[in-house]
Amino acid sequence: MILRTLIFIVGLLFITLTLAGWLTWVERRLLAVWQDRLGPNRVGPFGTLQALADAIKLFTKEDWVPPFADKSVFVIAPAIILIAVLMSFVIVPFAPGLLLANLNIGLLFFLAMSSLSVYSIVLGGWASNSKYALLGGLRAAAQMITYEVFLGLSVMGPVLLAGSFRLTDIVEAQQELWFVVPQFLGFVLFLIAGVAETRRLPFDLPEAETELAAGFHTEYSGMKFGMFFIGEYLGMILLSAMITTLYLGGWHGPFLPPIVWFLLKSSFFLVLFILLRASLPRPRLDQLMSFGWKVLLPLALANLLATGAVVLMRGG
Amino acid sequence: MQATDLSVTDLIRQAAGPSLLAIQPTVDHIPTFWISKEKIQTVLRQMKEEIDRPYKMLYDLTAIDERVRLHREGQPDSDFTVVYHLYSFDRNAYLRFKVPLKEKQLFLPTITPLWRSADWYEREAWDLFGVRFEGHPHLVRILMPRTWEGHPLRKDHPSHGTELGLNMPDPKMIEEQEQLQFRPEEWGLKRQSDGTDFIFLNLGPHHPGTHGVLRVVLQLDGEIILDAVPDIGFHHRGQEKIAERQTWHTYLPYTDRVDYLSGVINNLAYLMGVERLAGIEIPPRAQVIRVMMSELYRITNHLVWLGTFAQDVGQLSPVFYAFNDRERAYAITEAVCGARMHPNWFRMGGTAQDLPIGWEPLFRDFLKYLPSRLDEYEGEILKNRIFKGRTKGIGQTTVDEAIEWGMTGPNLRACGLAWDFRKAHPYSGYDRFEFDIPVGKNGDAYDRAAVRIEEMRQSLRIIDQCVRRMPDGPYKAIHPLATPPPKARTMHDIETLIAHFLNVSWGPVIPPGEALGAIEASKGNNGYYLISDGSTTSYRTRIRTPSFPHMQMLPLLCRGRTISDLIAIFGSVDFVLSDVDR
Repeated sequence: MILRTLIFIVGLLFITLTLAGWLTWVERRLLAVWQDRLGPNRVGPFGTLQALADAIKLFTKEDWVPPFADKSVFVIAPAIILIAVLMSFVIVPFAPGLLLANLNIGLLFFLAMSSLSVYSIVLGGWASNSKYALLGGLRAAAQMITYEVFLGLSVMGPVLLAGSFRLTDIVEAQQELWFVVPQFLGFVLFLIAGVAETRRLPFDLPEAETELAAGFHTEYSGMKFGMFFIGEYLGMILLSAMITTLYLGGWHGPFLPPIVWFLLKSSFFLVLFILLRASLPRPRLDQLMSFGWKVLLPLALANLLATGAVVLMRGG
Repeated sequence: MQATDLSVTDLIRQAAGPSLLAIQPTVDHIPTFWISKEKIQTVLRQMKEEIDRPYKMLYDLTAIDERVRLHREGQPDSDFTVVYHLYSFDRNAYLRFKVPLKEKQLFLPTITPLWRSADWYEREAWDLFGVRFEGHPHLVRILMPRTWEGHPLRKDHPSHGTELGLNMPDPKMIEEQEQLQFRPEEWGLKRQSDGTDFIFLNLGPHHPGTHGVLRVVLQLDGEIILDAVPDIGFHHRGQEKIAERQTWHTYLPYTDRVDYLSGVINNLAYLMGVERLAGIEIPPRAQVIRVMMSELYRITNHLVWLGTFAQDVGQLSPVFYAFNDRERAYAITEAVCGARMHPNWFRMGGTAQDLPIGWEPLFRDFLKYLPSRLDEYEGEILKNRIFKGRTKGIGQTTVDEAIEWGMTGPNLRACGLAWDFRKAHPYSGYDRFEFDIPVGKNGDAYDRAAVRIEEMRQSLRIIDQCVRRMPDGPYKAIHPLATPPPKARTMHDIETLIAHFLNVSWGPVIPPGEALGAIEASKGNNGYYLISDGSTTSYRTRIRTPSFPHMQMLPLLCRGRTISDLIAIFGSVDFVLSDVDR
């Protein structure tokens, strides 16, 4: 039993990390398709080994810490995001029986881990001791706090409907009807908040290349930068998996095996995120904040209220 | 250009009294008055504020080292001359003032209280000529490093780096880096206010948002910009000094590199001045070819601007679409001039070659292709709500402010003034073409974008008229100074052969005189103020570029805004650092 778990852990680590690396190639190729160009197509068949080449490059780079940085925090920061995101995969139910820990507080665990990953960005920005990184870190802190609020609020819909924080219960509750139908508003809110959590365009303000050079990871290079980078892509995968689990019925689907359904649904969202990046400009921080607090938060609250009322009515 | 306006002369006689030292006739017919330095401030103030239909814009301010000039008939004695160019939108006329200075007393009063835009121009004149402007708020070098010895545009300053023995030993490098340290006190900026320490953010010279080697020091309170100090000169190549070294003909390729996105438009601005000095009439076909190519390059410039602007506000894709379209335009320029960004294709008297066989379908296809793409861009960029949110009301200016700061081109039109030098001062036969002047209303980043996209449509309209109405005839003037002369004729008559040999080997000798060639370049008014001393090289070439005053306005546009806005403003103004620094 322990052996099986161990194998599962190692396998999961291997697969998620490989997928995240490979996703960088997918993103670059897809962006290229949408932008009338080729993208990386030289390394391996169709350029599929590009991610490997990138990894080798990052690993063999000088492991450099700027002399002005706060050394220990600077080194720890990128590890936090990677660990936090990888930990979250523990609770993702890929298929019936195919999950590592069926926690009864699964969803709360996910929220907790995603809150932890914010520390990575903020500490990284702070420890770099550079003005660009600091501004990026500040932006990250503001953005994450804002969007985490209704990230949490929007997932309460499925919780209320399923009556449980356990993700398998939530998936099982969607046997008849995916939660995306009764919880459409919640789904949209979660999607937006999730993109903001993974700091991807249009929510990439913490790194906003044209404004802050590279934002919070301006001073990072080599594999430490690589960890932020992989952390972001892992975050994307995790987010897609969570949306699938919470709103799209997880592994449920006809004909195909459950795991295939799960992967298909998740891939759809991965492609959607990449498409978002290809098409949208970036709002300003104050616009982002007021959109969060003034539009999304009231909506999330209203959604929660309405869902609660319906559940109460049906229960009573 | 209109002939010397009598009433202007009278006005200046009244204002200056005995301080009016001379009235100088020039080839370009811009009224030119020599005023003594004691009175220049008063005269300029009257011209700007007191007369009817005033000269509101300080178009240019520069200096001339007159010490080795031979042909100065009728001009007051002077070692250094400070030259002011004014422009009146009401009169549609330029005005030129000159102040003679002696080497021993190389100073005159500043006009910064009168025009805020004079600030950088005076710093430049100080930097390059060593003319001191008394009362200037902060007269320090602007283009050269602060550690520079001497003033490069003086005639006794060497032109080549090899003559200076430039090298960079360690102590010198440390000193150079030291002088790049930003000291807020020097610029009258406070380091803190009650309870807040300001951040001084060094944006550039290497930064993805600055479009080149530009450094802006921002005084920040959080992310709010309290003040900005642009530091330019990183792209300074001494274009004006090089012009005194190259022949009139061989300077042409250098002009390409002033605004490297606008290709032949630079050639045209320069040639407008040279041809005026040389008295060359351009045959109609050459004129139309010039217009057609200039408009094509205007489109390539605007496409680059459009793509990078969208990228500045975070949109990743349009830059690729725009560059792809620009590539189609470059396919045409390759067919026509054999070159892309640096075509160096116009010549004194016409163009380098005739249009190639089969040029028409190339243009026709492009004319058919681009309009629908422009519509797409409009939908994709201008109509995007986030884009609107990022650009509406950002970096706003009024027409008055714009004129005060010397703003021209699409940026000025975005404020609501329909002013295009192609219409106001038609050159190269622009008056024979139909096109509209797109104008904005609010003078913000959004309007600047809208105006430029519409301008591309108008450029297409002009190109279309060129294609349909391309006249026959020679592509180069028959004139002894047209360089190189039409090759076919060199084999028939000895005069052309001699002219060809001399003009190519030695360089054409341009008759002494002064002329300003100013055109509507892609970014605004680009003017070459040329002085010939009857030699194969120019005695003084002054390049007035639109980006220079636009860059100077930057602090004004971004105060009280955030860093994100600053980048949007950068993007919307459309400058090129080579155009700023020359």
